[in-house]
Amino acid sequence: MKLRIPIVAGVLLASAFGIGPATAEMAPGAVLANTCYSCHGTEGKSLGAMPTIHGKPAEYLSTTLKAFRDGQRPSTVMQRITKGFNDAEIDALAAYLGQKSK
Amino acid sequence: MKKISRRGFNRLLGASGAAVATGLAMPAIVNAASARVVVIGGGFGGATAARYLKRFDKTINVTLVEPSTKFVTCPFSNTVIGGLKPISYITHGFDGLEAMGINVVHDLAVNVDAAKKQVKLAQGQVLSFDRCIVSPGIDFKWGAVKGATQEIINDIPHAWKAGPQTLLLRKQLEAMPDGGVFIISPPVNPFRCPPGPGERVSLVANYFRTHKPKSKIIVLDPKKKFSKQGLFKAGWERLYPGMVEYRNVDDDGVVREVLAGKKTLVTDFGEVKGDVINFIPPQKAGAIADQSGLSDGTGWCPVDQQAFESTLQKGVHVIGDASIAAPMPKSGFSASTQAKVCAAAIAEMLGGEKPGTPKFVNTCYSLVAPDYGISVAMVYGFENGKIVKVKGSGGLTPSDANDYHLKQEALYADGWYRSISTDIWG
Ligand SMILES: Cc1cc2nc3c(=O)[nH]c(=O)nc-3n(C[C@H](O)[C@H](O)[C@H](O)COP(=O)(O)OP(=O)(O)OC[C@H]3O[C@@H](n4cnc5c(N)ncnc54)[C@H](O)[C@@H]3O)c2cc1C
Ligand code: HEC
Repeated sequence: MKLRIPIVAGVLLASAFGIGPATAEMAPGAVLANTCYSCHGTEGKSLGAMPTIHGKPAEYLSTTLKAFRDGQRPSTVMQRITKGFNDAEIDALAAYLGQKSK
Repeated sequence: MKKISRRGFNRLLGASGAAVATGLAMPAIVNAASARVVVIGGGFGGATAARYLKRFDKTINVTLVEPSTKFVTCPFSNTVIGGLKPISYITHGFDGLEAMGINVVHDLAVNVDAAKKQVKLAQGQVLSFDRCIVSPGIDFKWGAVKGATQEIINDIPHAWKAGPQTLLLRKQLEAMPDGGVFIISPPVNPFRCPPGPGERVSLVANYFRTHKPKSKIIVLDPKKKFSKQGLFKAGWERLYPGMVEYRNVDDDGVVREVLAGKKTLVTDFGEVKGDVINFIPPQKAGAIADQSGLSDGTGWCPVDQQAFESTLQKGVHVIGDASIAAPMPKSGFSASTQAKVCAAAIAEMLGGEKPGTPKFVNTCYSLVAPDYGISVAMVYGFENGKIVKVKGSGGLTPSDANDYHLKQEALYADGWYRSISTDIWG
């Protein structure tokens, strides 16, 4: 019974913040984002040379990630990383990371 | 309303999700107050798993077992061996974990009993668990190469677990006269950190170039080729011309015996004498794996590659170097990304949900010189029950990368180290 509460919370959060629901085949933005923190720092807050990605709006993140992937923005490593994510995954990532800046 | 799949979703909103829920005056999201997870090992896999379990669900009772009060990382230990960084740069404590409410016990686990759901510690304590995560890293197959026993490591360091061994190798290199010979012998596959030997050669060469320019490095490799070989060799030729002699399996590179007293390595066709020898023995999963029936005939631990649950012992998960997670390499980055996936899966399973579809990233930076960095990256998905490389993703630093690019990658290598070590130990 207790599990009902998180379902409601999840739906509210999903609709309030435009975080796309996870599907069976795709990891949700929250899980995908964890792979970014090893370079960009926990929650995207970097202490060293890596750029901080915390606090950037979803639109910026989505456009930037796709530009890396398609080679429109030069990079040392981000093209090699973003080529592993499809549009839906990039949008989920951007939406999840983007809502942290609000 | 469209049916929303809850897979990997509700529980994993992390800190901000919880904060928002509080803002909406929601009651505590999850009631798993009684759920106990015991994590064995406070390295890249274990410490990440403990922290991310807490991030996903504060109410899970997490106990971390680790004998040392400080963890010294292998990543960046080659910068200590090369004289670029002090050991304090790569040493981390567990205060950050304790501050999150993780119960850190400094002891050695001697057995995981999957049937009784108990972990036994060396000093007699017994910890009960609902799920256990084991991330013990590697142990060495002592004696697999004749003469390469545990007794010789004070003369012939492996420096493949960081700490006193790192400092010993550094001390030996400092004491070596100019014109001396340093021999490094990497192990057969699979082993921890495939690009590690290449980076070690590079940073020792950098030290020799600046301090002992007449010295030589001989690599005796029992394999055909090594990770990032083309990039490393190009760097050595450019920065350290004539200093490094690399011999592979076809060039009498296989070491058959270590003669520690004579500082000599015996190959099929001869003997190679060195002033400083770094012999890295062949490897297997950390001893607790054998002691708990988690490893198979290969010496490594088979797992379902989605939640990293052992296929041999139910309720026990194995991550990091000890697990069989090929095609992922045995790296700290891999261990940490696996730990996050495993922690998410466990948080979901404890809440009665199925684990979601995982996705992994690995990147290994290596320094060829302090201002010359290279990397190999890969993104991994999950198909038909197996971890697979995502086609088209990843790859190496381009072979025609210019000096600016290489310098940037050296800066990013350090940035990566600072980010991941803070993500893991706080
Ligand atoms: C020279 C070198 C350079 C490297 N550079 C990089 C790099 O640049 N990038 C990268 O990603 N990776 C790198 N690595 C690889 C990386 O160090 C390992 O892949 C990583 O440490 C694996 O994490 P783990 O959790 O499996 O093991 P570890 O990080 O080794 O942690 C294992 C922990 O478990 C503890 N333990 C073991 N047995 C028990 C027990 N029975 N009870 C309690 N605790 C126990 C140990 O004390 C240890 O603290 C490098 C390795 C080397 C040797
Ligand atoms: C291996 C380390 C690494 C990983 C993993 C990584 N990044 Fe990056 N990221 C970088 C580096 C380095 C740059 C600078 C551009 C470059 O040289 O590639 C960068 C740049 C960026 C930028 C541009 C920042 C700006 O200010 O415009 C964004 C956005 C970004 N990354 C997002 C992500 C996301 C999202 C993920 C997870 C899917 C991720 N990164 C994973 C290393 C990494």
